Amino acid sequence: MKKEIKMEISLLELQAGKEAKIVRLDDGCGFQKKIATLNLRVGKTIKKITTQPLAGPVVLEIDHTKVALGRGMAMKIFVEEKK
Amino acid sequence: MGNQNVGKSTFFSRITGLNVVSSNYAGTTVEIKKGRMKLGGKSVEVIDVPGIYHLDAGSKAEEVAVDILKEGDLVINVIDVTNLERNLYLTLQLMEKKIPVVLALNFWNETKRKGIEIDVKKLEEILKVPVVPVVATTGKGIKKLVSKLPKAKAHARKRTDKERWAKVGEIIDSVQKIGKEHYTIPERLKDLSIKPVTGIPIAVLIMAFAFYIVRFIGENLIGCVFEPLFNLYLPVLERLSAYLGSGFVHDILIGALIEGEINFVESMGLLTTGLFVPIVMVLPYVFAFYLILGFLEDSGYLPRLATLMDNIMHKLGMHGLAIIPMLLGLGCNVPGAMSTRILETKRQRFIAITLMAIAVPCMAQIAIVFGLLGEYGINALGIFFMTLFAVWFVLGLLLNRFIRGDSPETFIEIPPYRIPYFKGLVKKLWMRMRSFLTEAIPFVFLGVLVVNVLYVLKIIDFISNITAPIVVNVLGLPKEAVASLVVGFLRKDVAVGMLLPLGLTVKQLIISSVVLTMYFPCIATFVILFKELGLKDTVKSVGIMIALTLLVGGLLNLIL
Repeated sequence: MKKEIKMEISLLELQAGKEAKIVRLDDGCGFQKKIATLNLRVGKTIKKITTQPLAGPVVLEIDHTKVALGRGMAMKIFVEEKK
Repeated sequence: MGNQNVGKSTFFSRITGLNVVSSNYAGTTVEIKKGRMKLGGKSVEVIDVPGIYHLDAGSKAEEVAVDILKEGDLVINVIDVTNLERNLYLTLQLMEKKIPVVLALNFWNETKRKGIEIDVKKLEEILKVPVVPVVATTGKGIKKLVSKLPKAKAHARKRTDKERWAKVGEIIDSVQKIGKEHYTIPERLKDLSIKPVTGIPIAVLIMAFAFYIVRFIGENLIGCVFEPLFNLYLPVLERLSAYLGSGFVHDILIGALIEGEINFVESMGLLTTGLFVPIVMVLPYVFAFYLILGFLEDSGYLPRLATLMDNIMHKLGMHGLAIIPMLLGLGCNVPGAMSTRILETKRQRFIAITLMAIAVPCMAQIAIVFGLLGEYGINALGIFFMTLFAVWFVLGLLLNRFIRGDSPETFIEIPPYRIPYFKGLVKKLWMRMRSFLTEAIPFVFLGVLVVNVLYVLKIIDFISNITAPIVVNVLGLPKEAVASLVVGFLRKDVAVGMLLPLGLTVKQLIISSVVLTMYFPCIATFVILFKELGLKDTVKSVGIMIALTLLVGGLLNLIL
């Protein structure tokens, strides 16, 4: 039986165009609360659109909405890619 | 009240009949606006609150909102229905505050296209408050909502953060069904403007196109409409001039006769230059600029531009959203300075305000610079704009290095593209034009008046003589140019116009235009600067401006 290994990667590492589920959020409550305002919570599905060059922000889509967020924040969001 | 960019201000204008600026990006409203509406024969006060996501005071906007909540008797919670899930969090929190709540489900017209189905009745049952679908731009559903206001009830039940999200999930599951999205434009095409490879060329094209259109409209309005109009007005003035003869009254109203004739630009009378500058030379450009800006704002393009520019703006100590104050500043520095409130930290705001005040000329000034330098071709204009851009960029780099504090990372919502609602566009344009006419013209008059008084009292001669060493030796300008620097404090457009009769060379025109942009903000901007920054930072900011003006002006004098 082939066991599927699920990889947890940061949002920054996720390839553009891929869909993924948020599995873990780093950092304290302040950060989690801040990103929860745009509905980024554990269990939500997101789609990464692109990463801007030169340390620019990551753009993703969640529930029909596009969000741009800094790379530092993207590194604190861990996702599992959807197959 | 409600989340950011859900259409609170559009809704507010609808129910109060007041005009407030609304756009398609988060943070258009940075201060509380009050109005009144009729309710059951009584006039009640309505308050438009900046957008918030929760009531736990964190940012300044949230604190303001929580404070206002204590004053209110009832909350109309405006919701972006295409984003029900995260909007409901605030709704639950509001209901916990023991204040009656009514829900307005805005953007109802977009649900069908997005394949979203919402059971309004059920939502009403679960929340036990009135819920009304509305379309704030067209006014659909607003009447029904107003009629339901008296039915609003307060429910109080404290929940923790986790419980709230659980409840939101529960509600969503039972009232919302999401089907297939019906795209009008393929999603891939829309993403092109945000992906860097295609987005950056698109941004350059859009900006170049916007610049070209503004010039095209501005120039043609001046040449084909306003100048001919003023030529009809000229004989009236000539008769008045002959009637008044010469003397003080003539000098104030008509001004000096240039080669025996009235010259609209150079005469410096209230009825000649005082009207010609704001109406003929500036108004067409201001109109063109705000027309194009309105399109950019309402389409939802600006947050995309902010995202694309974010990496560059970070190197200058701000983040992407700071392009909004810069763009608004191109229209007028006053709203530009006010919109820096969308930036979170004091440091970012200081940098943004200083950069804008020093290197972003307002449309009124640009219009006159176009008139002044335009005839020397694109090179002269190019040097003017490139110099300011270089100042903006280098100063940003320096401020980022030397000013303490941090600039937080970007976290912005990119709203969907929307086709600008025509009536909304026209209304916004009209509001901005009206505020230009009522706020700018008095200052132009004052500027023209001050010029005359200063000349009569020989004060200009006095200041000219004192500052001559700097103006003549460092900047390479004739000492008569000092008069325009004095007036520049009141109105920069009049000030640039005053350079015309001096017979300056192209080099001197470029230097003086740059100096006039940089050396000091006009008085209206200065007041806002002081209000937003406080005394200490204002002094710092102005100090930077004056020092840098001498440096850049001096350098231009050496290089050109």
